[in-house]
Amino acid sequence: MTKVLVVDDSNSIRDMVSFTLKSAGYETVEAKDGQEGLSKAKSSNFDLVISDVNMPNMDGISLCTELRKLVNFKFTPILMLTTESSAEMKMRGKSAGATGWLVKPFNPEKLLATIKRVVK
Amino acid sequence: MTVDLSQFIPSFLEESFEGLELMESELLNLKEGDNETIHSIFRAAHSIKGGAGTFGFDKVTEFTHLVETLLDEMRDGRREITSKDTEILLESVDCMRLLIEAARDDDNYDHDKVEQTTSRLAETLGDEPSSDSDNQSENIVAASNVCGYTINFIPEHSLAKTGNDPLFIFNALAELGQLTLSADCNDLPALVDIDPQELYLSWQLTLYTDVGEAEIREIFEWVEDECLLELVPIADTSNTSQDIEVLAPEEEPQSQSTTTNQEQLASTQNASSAIAGAKESTAEDTNIPATAKDKDKAKAKADVGSIRVGVDKIDNLINLVGELVITQSMLSELGNDFDMDKVDRLTSGLEQLLQNTKELQESVMRIRMLPISFAFNRFPRLVHDLAIKTGKKMELVIKGEQTELDKTVMEQIGDPLVHLVRNAADHGIESCEVRLAKGKPEKGTISLDAYHQGGNIVIEVKDDGAGIDRQVVLDKAVEKGLIEADAILTESQVYDLLFEPGFSTAAEVTDISGRGVGMDVVKRNIQSLGGRIQVESTLGKGSCFRVHLPLTLAILDGQLVKVGSETYIIPLIAIVESLQIDNKLINRVSGDMVLYRLRDDNVPILPIYQLFNLATKCTEIDKALLVVVEADGQKIGLMVDDLLAQQQVVIKSLKDNYQQVAGISGATILGDGSVAMILDIPGIIHMALAQAQHAQREKTDGNASVTAEVCL
Repeated sequence: MTKVLVVDDSNSIRDMVSFTLKSAGYETVEAKDGQEGLSKAKSSNFDLVISDVNMPNMDGISLCTELRKLVNFKFTPILMLTTESSAEMKMRGKSAGATGWLVKPFNPEKLLATIKRVVK
Repeated sequence: MTVDLSQFIPSFLEESFEGLELMESELLNLKEGDNETIHSIFRAAHSIKGGAGTFGFDKVTEFTHLVETLLDEMRDGRREITSKDTEILLESVDCMRLLIEAARDDDNYDHDKVEQTTSRLAETLGDEPSSDSDNQSENIVAASNVCGYTINFIPEHSLAKTGNDPLFIFNALAELGQLTLSADCNDLPALVDIDPQELYLSWQLTLYTDVGEAEIREIFEWVEDECLLELVPIADTSNTSQDIEVLAPEEEPQSQSTTTNQEQLASTQNASSAIAGAKESTAEDTNIPATAKDKDKAKAKADVGSIRVGVDKIDNLINLVGELVITQSMLSELGNDFDMDKVDRLTSGLEQLLQNTKELQESVMRIRMLPISFAFNRFPRLVHDLAIKTGKKMELVIKGEQTELDKTVMEQIGDPLVHLVRNAADHGIESCEVRLAKGKPEKGTISLDAYHQGGNIVIEVKDDGAGIDRQVVLDKAVEKGLIEADAILTESQVYDLLFEPGFSTAAEVTDISGRGVGMDVVKRNIQSLGGRIQVESTLGKGSCFRVHLPLTLAILDGQLVKVGSETYIIPLIAIVESLQIDNKLINRVSGDMVLYRLRDDNVPILPIYQLFNLATKCTEIDKALLVVVEADGQKIGLMVDDLLAQQQVVIKSLKDNYQQVAGISGATILGDGSVAMILDIPGIIHMALAQAQHAQREKTDGNASVTAEVCL
């Protein structure tokens, strides 16, 4: 089963992403900020990471940079869930090694359609 | 597939209101250069915006976007944090709250306020809020005579390092139509030179589809900066009159010739096509709120009434239930084959059961308990606003915010407290000049304090302002006809006048307080919670309003009393003292009034058997016991046959199970299974006074038949 790590500081967004993915048959693990996400990533393998950008403790961009340093996450798709759709934000994501971005507002159908571009 | 997200609306709302509270309190603490605070305010706004968009709360999204933009400028240091901006942001928080509540209840909101704040925000930001409805038309490409595209896709060697995999992209493309592709291996180096982490292939794809170019480009959205991507429309040959140039304005005719060259990445054509692509993707983004709106029509209603409980409290409960189960199994084993040898073990088992039940009860009650900071945290903002409105300087000191209180009580005490704080700010604290002239610090202090006292919680609202001038209160009361001009009142009776309906001592009515609507309501609300309010004041030094409240509304400490064959419960909080009646102190005044001299007071005696029409042998006053109770500053002696135990009783509503009965506030079930009524002390005193007055009136009217059942 495709296993997804969902990182977001907002309970409701995290629940929704997780719920949507589960209803489409994915397995999910949740983390409430970058720090927790990183430690969960270190203890398990994931096929996909979906992370918010603005979070306390460790933001999504730093999480992405840290994940790319891990051998297991060298090629793992990492998608940033962001409301900031500016080109600058996307460049920051890219240079940190993010695979792509999902622009909020969160839309379940779009999420499921777009993640097909990076995972089974 | 459709995924229904409406089940997440309540948790989004809860989170949003928490976010708003955080924004408010952080804004009040905001100082220049405090980046961490700005960041957390920004994050809160950001989360609200994100969630609101998802559920189609468009007004919230739109408005929060402006707030977020302003915060973003502050966060990046592009804007200095001025107190004016903070004010606007605080107002914005109010508006966001209005909008979210309106979205929640599917209701209207104060359009003027929101519009005003919106324009102030826009003004601060220095531009008009952009409307997002006008930028959709330009992307519509007439696809009528295009039947597909030839796609040249030349990724950078490092593409895989960002986690992208062309195979998934091609799979996604194949879902749009009929896809054929051929790989170009020209760039593949000699085997020894191959870096396994690099991508050396490029592809030419042909996709026959009826979807537009934008949708195809969207699939490449995440890789467009890391590849050379060209889309060439394939003309539909069945349609003779086609015009390719018009259909694909971004495509330069010569671009096809440059396909296989890696260096072309830096070429101007690529740059321009990348920009075009970016433009499209932004346009695509702005479309999303519209679709989200259509899908998430479902609205969640407001009061789901959830409560957040600490895990430790739950764990404790589980632990206790575990112990209860052990005790139960021990007892049932004892019962299986019982003989008198086991009596000791039975007694200790029952003892244990009692202990378990008691602890369980306490733990369950604790779940409903929340720190009073939930009620207090709105006050910093209130005092901040009041200081601006009144032009006075004042600060708020909060103490004891961790004191726990029942959730129901908490919800109902908020408004009375707001009233008291408003009063303190408006009537209590003097203007700066007056304060300085009096030798007080320029800045006034209002303090909120909460602490436990016995089974009660005490909340104090204190100010170091002018205090209450008793003479002014008395004059006003005489003027309003509340008291006789020559009445002599005790200090607490004078302060009680403040709680009379329509009473206000403010020289002029302000929009903050002083209309005289309220203090009576404050008192009524507090009383309906089973509490009372006390006033202390020193002229020139300040006032203190002290609210005593029961910790919970579900359980009551009661004194069981016997009247005839019935058992009644008197709330312990109302009892002043219980005593054996001394005949010498009984004072029969004219008519049926029986007074009992209790030190300096004359307390009317009210026999309960008469009140409830009961048969009892104990009808003579000197053989009965007297329980002196107090409510509304009025004492009364309840005559009962006997005092029984004191115990905690669980209150059952009489109204829900039967109907409201005057003089009874509820019922409970005693240990032996019988039902006992809980006396409504304020109600009984009120009844007694009314009857006494009635009797008095009939008497003065010259009517000889005194019908008062109550001797007062």
